[in-house]
Amino acid sequence: MSIAAAQKRGFGAFLWDYLTTVDHKKIAHLYLVGGGFFFILGGLEALFIRIQLIAPENDFISAGLYNEMFTMHGTTMIFLAAMPLLLGLMNAVMPLQIGARDVAFPFLNSLGFWLFMFGGILLNCSWFLGGAPDAGWTAYTPLSAVSPTHGVDFYVLGLQISGAGTLMGGINFLATIVTMRAPGMTYMRMPLFTWTTFVTSTLILFAFPALTVGLFLLMFDRMFGSAFFDVALGGNSIIWQHLFWIFAHPEVYILILPVFGVFSEVIPTFSKKRLFGYTSMVFATMLIAFLGFMVWAHHMFTVGLGPVANAIFAIATMAIAVPTGIKIFNWLATMWGGSITINSAMLWSLGFIPSFTIGGMTGIMLASAVADYQYHDSYFVVAHFHYVIVGGVVFGLFAGLHYWWPKMFGRILNEKLGKIGFWLFFIGFHLTFFIQHFLGLMGMPRRYWVFLEDQGLDTGNLVSTIGTFLMAISATIFLINIIYTSVKGEKASADPFDGRSLEWAISSPPPYYNFKQLPLVRGLDPLWVEKMDGKDNLAPAEPLGDIHMPNSSILPFIISFGFFIAGFGFIYQTDHQAWNFAIFIGMGIALGSMLMRSLKDDHGYHISKAELEREAD
Amino acid sequence: MKGWMGKFKFVFLLSFLTIILAGCGKENLTALVPKGYGAESSMNLIILSTVIMTFVFIVVLSIYSIALIRFRKKKGQEGYIPKQVEGSKKLETIWTVIPIILVLILAVPTVAATFDLADESGKSEHINIDVTGNQYWWHFSYANEEIQTSQDLYIPTGKKVYLNMKSSDVIHSLWVPSISGKMDVNPENENTMYIEANEEGVYWGKCAELCGPSHSLMDFKVIAVSPEEYEQWVSDMQAVDPKEEPQDAVAQDGKAAMEANNCLSCHAIGSSPNAVGPNLTNFGDRTKIAGYLETNKENLVDWLLNPESIKPGNLMTGKYPKLSEEEADSIAEYLLQLKPSEITPESAGN
Repeated sequence: MSIAAAQKRGFGAFLWDYLTTVDHKKIAHLYLVGGGFFFILGGLEALFIRIQLIAPENDFISAGLYNEMFTMHGTTMIFLAAMPLLLGLMNAVMPLQIGARDVAFPFLNSLGFWLFMFGGILLNCSWFLGGAPDAGWTAYTPLSAVSPTHGVDFYVLGLQISGAGTLMGGINFLATIVTMRAPGMTYMRMPLFTWTTFVTSTLILFAFPALTVGLFLLMFDRMFGSAFFDVALGGNSIIWQHLFWIFAHPEVYILILPVFGVFSEVIPTFSKKRLFGYTSMVFATMLIAFLGFMVWAHHMFTVGLGPVANAIFAIATMAIAVPTGIKIFNWLATMWGGSITINSAMLWSLGFIPSFTIGGMTGIMLASAVADYQYHDSYFVVAHFHYVIVGGVVFGLFAGLHYWWPKMFGRILNEKLGKIGFWLFFIGFHLTFFIQHFLGLMGMPRRYWVFLEDQGLDTGNLVSTIGTFLMAISATIFLINIIYTSVKGEKASADPFDGRSLEWAISSPPPYYNFKQLPLVRGLDPLWVEKMDGKDNLAPAEPLGDIHMPNSSILPFIISFGFFIAGFGFIYQTDHQAWNFAIFIGMGIALGSMLMRSLKDDHGYHISKAELEREAD
Repeated sequence: MKGWMGKFKFVFLLSFLTIILAGCGKENLTALVPKGYGAESSMNLIILSTVIMTFVFIVVLSIYSIALIRFRKKKGQEGYIPKQVEGSKKLETIWTVIPIILVLILAVPTVAATFDLADESGKSEHINIDVTGNQYWWHFSYANEEIQTSQDLYIPTGKKVYLNMKSSDVIHSLWVPSISGKMDVNPENENTMYIEANEEGVYWGKCAELCGPSHSLMDFKVIAVSPEEYEQWVSDMQAVDPKEEPQDAVAQDGKAAMEANNCLSCHAIGSSPNAVGPNLTNFGDRTKIAGYLETNKENLVDWLLNPESIKPGNLMTGKYPKLSEEEADSIAEYLLQLKPSEITPESAGN
């Protein structure tokens, strides 16, 4: 069916289409909507946090609720907003960039999304069921192990389910990039965004198992009477910190590397120059990823690991400055000598460079172990990671969304609203977080429900809260922009920005089979290569023929729903045995659906050559 | 290294002084005005790293600004296609090597300071204090002097004081920004950190690791007095007789009410190691009630009548029968009279 046909059908059919889709482009839409929803939730939680801290000894929200608020803010933003939004961009763009018709495992792709979505919903159900998790997004034991409400149980089960989805996404992207590149698309001709997707997926593959193990141990401690983290019974609570950070430090790179990829696409396009130092950019990405696994204990300088461990991890951490610096300078050199167009996507990229540089620099400052004894767990750290995650990841997401919106939805986001949104956000962001460096050093620890009067912290906190509102307004403007664009936005051509990579070689939005004929890639920046040769598109690498497509399936939704039900069973069986039924029913649904998927062969279908020829008109 | 630092130290001391004057937080709380050995070590590295990073930032920002101004697309350049530069070995080597050098400049003093602050040689000859972190208060036990106290930690100026820290419940982190960086207080092992205050003062201490709803109210004080005053305080504290009856009738009622309500099954007065709840020996001299409220009778009565409203999630709530106003009043009177020593926070000149 064509896109036009899809629009004529009713809402029910539309919904069914999205529930069952295995098309990477539609799954991208799902990720963007799901991630966007949680981004708004996390943003509201941030607003509540900042309102509470607008004045000393404020009582806008209670102490316990405040802990739930910042725990959910962190957890939501990392796991349920930033990652899915990035997975959305990867899904939308990466297969197009390598000239593929879909990802390697379309069914798994859909399953990955629905697991994330149901995991996220399960986690957020805690708000209405006796209290959200309250031990921080890091959930340090023993605090998380002894937290009295079911909040942490929801955290454990919710993240376990959504984490499984992410892991699937990672494996899927790896398989896709390894096996499905178009003829001529060698590794060293892949666009940087594809490269960072590839490296990020590797990180997901190796980092998430550590989280899975940690969460299982915590789950057994809380629900089945084990004592992995219970010191009184011979357990050890520090081991959680190791497991968590062995996952969570690479997680930071899982977030930042894809947006490095985004900037490496946006900056060359709008500078009209090829990426400076492509090879060193690729290897810097790999080096950052590799080093990312070697530095987890810099989150634990004050734990008491001893001077040898602290010194080693300090130096290893500082080493990351080198490949990151290479990237920054390569971007600058890409702009140098170019012909720079400044639009919304480029603005977000230009805003990123100084903002992220500050975040990276405070990262090096934090790596200095003895200085970290002061920074650690203070607002300095809060400032640092928001500079990296907001100034890096969120800026990158906005850049990527503005850049690829026409490709994804066929319309160009409004420039005026985009620019106003950027400036509000940029100013609000620096207002909010720059002063927090100083608040931290002035003696304000993080995760403080109140700060006391007469401690010299009032002005800084007030400024910080004002900044937050500017960011909230900017986010609202972006939503308005989306609505405005979908109603009145300018229709996009296949290549509205004079792009360089393959995704710009097909219509906006692309047909559901992407490439009628797989393209023949002749170099880095394949579309640009053809343009320079005076051609308007790539030569096909194959004759027009039938295209093999996967069938849609509701099973991923049902499998994930099964785990969702089982999640409630696991959480509440500690209260009453009857909840074991929920485990059996939920697991029955999930495993039964998996069995069905395994036993029933689904060969997909073919789009005939004749139909493809008709669509050409 | 040292000489290089020496030259620059002056310039940056000046610029930091300006920042301090512009408002660097509250004295004796802020880490930006260090008054102890640990805080100074940290501050030196903070300054060094800030200098390096500011240099890097200026370089980045200059290239960035020039690139933006010079190479922005101008009118009439619509068809212009810039030269497609692949890269430059020379440039790329430069911005690989220079960061490595900068990182080394920071790494060497970092490693040195890390080992310096972890130095435990001759530990037993110095003052050793066992610190216990509890939800949401701190206990200090002077092992050699056989003194127990809570919330207010008395130390002599200019001397190394080793804190041997352990938690009784969840992880806490002891932080006295003006004197020293922080160290986690874990339930499974004893962490040791030494602090040294340069001058007399009452320094704010904070818990820096999330430990529950009242994490933000787990404040304490380090009271640095002169070595002579410290000796005096130690002998005063050692001389306390917990059985001593107070002088006036209200306080006597208070003492009786405490016994009747079993307060002393958790709290100790004197050198008893019982530390389920804070030790009350010198309660009348405490800088704060519940860690953050001004020490006066009104606040203390409020605290005794409804601790939950003052420190959410504290472990005293519900552990004793409901007190009448009168009982609370007399207990408050008794507690505020517990002033065994002439050495008080005022002695620290604050």
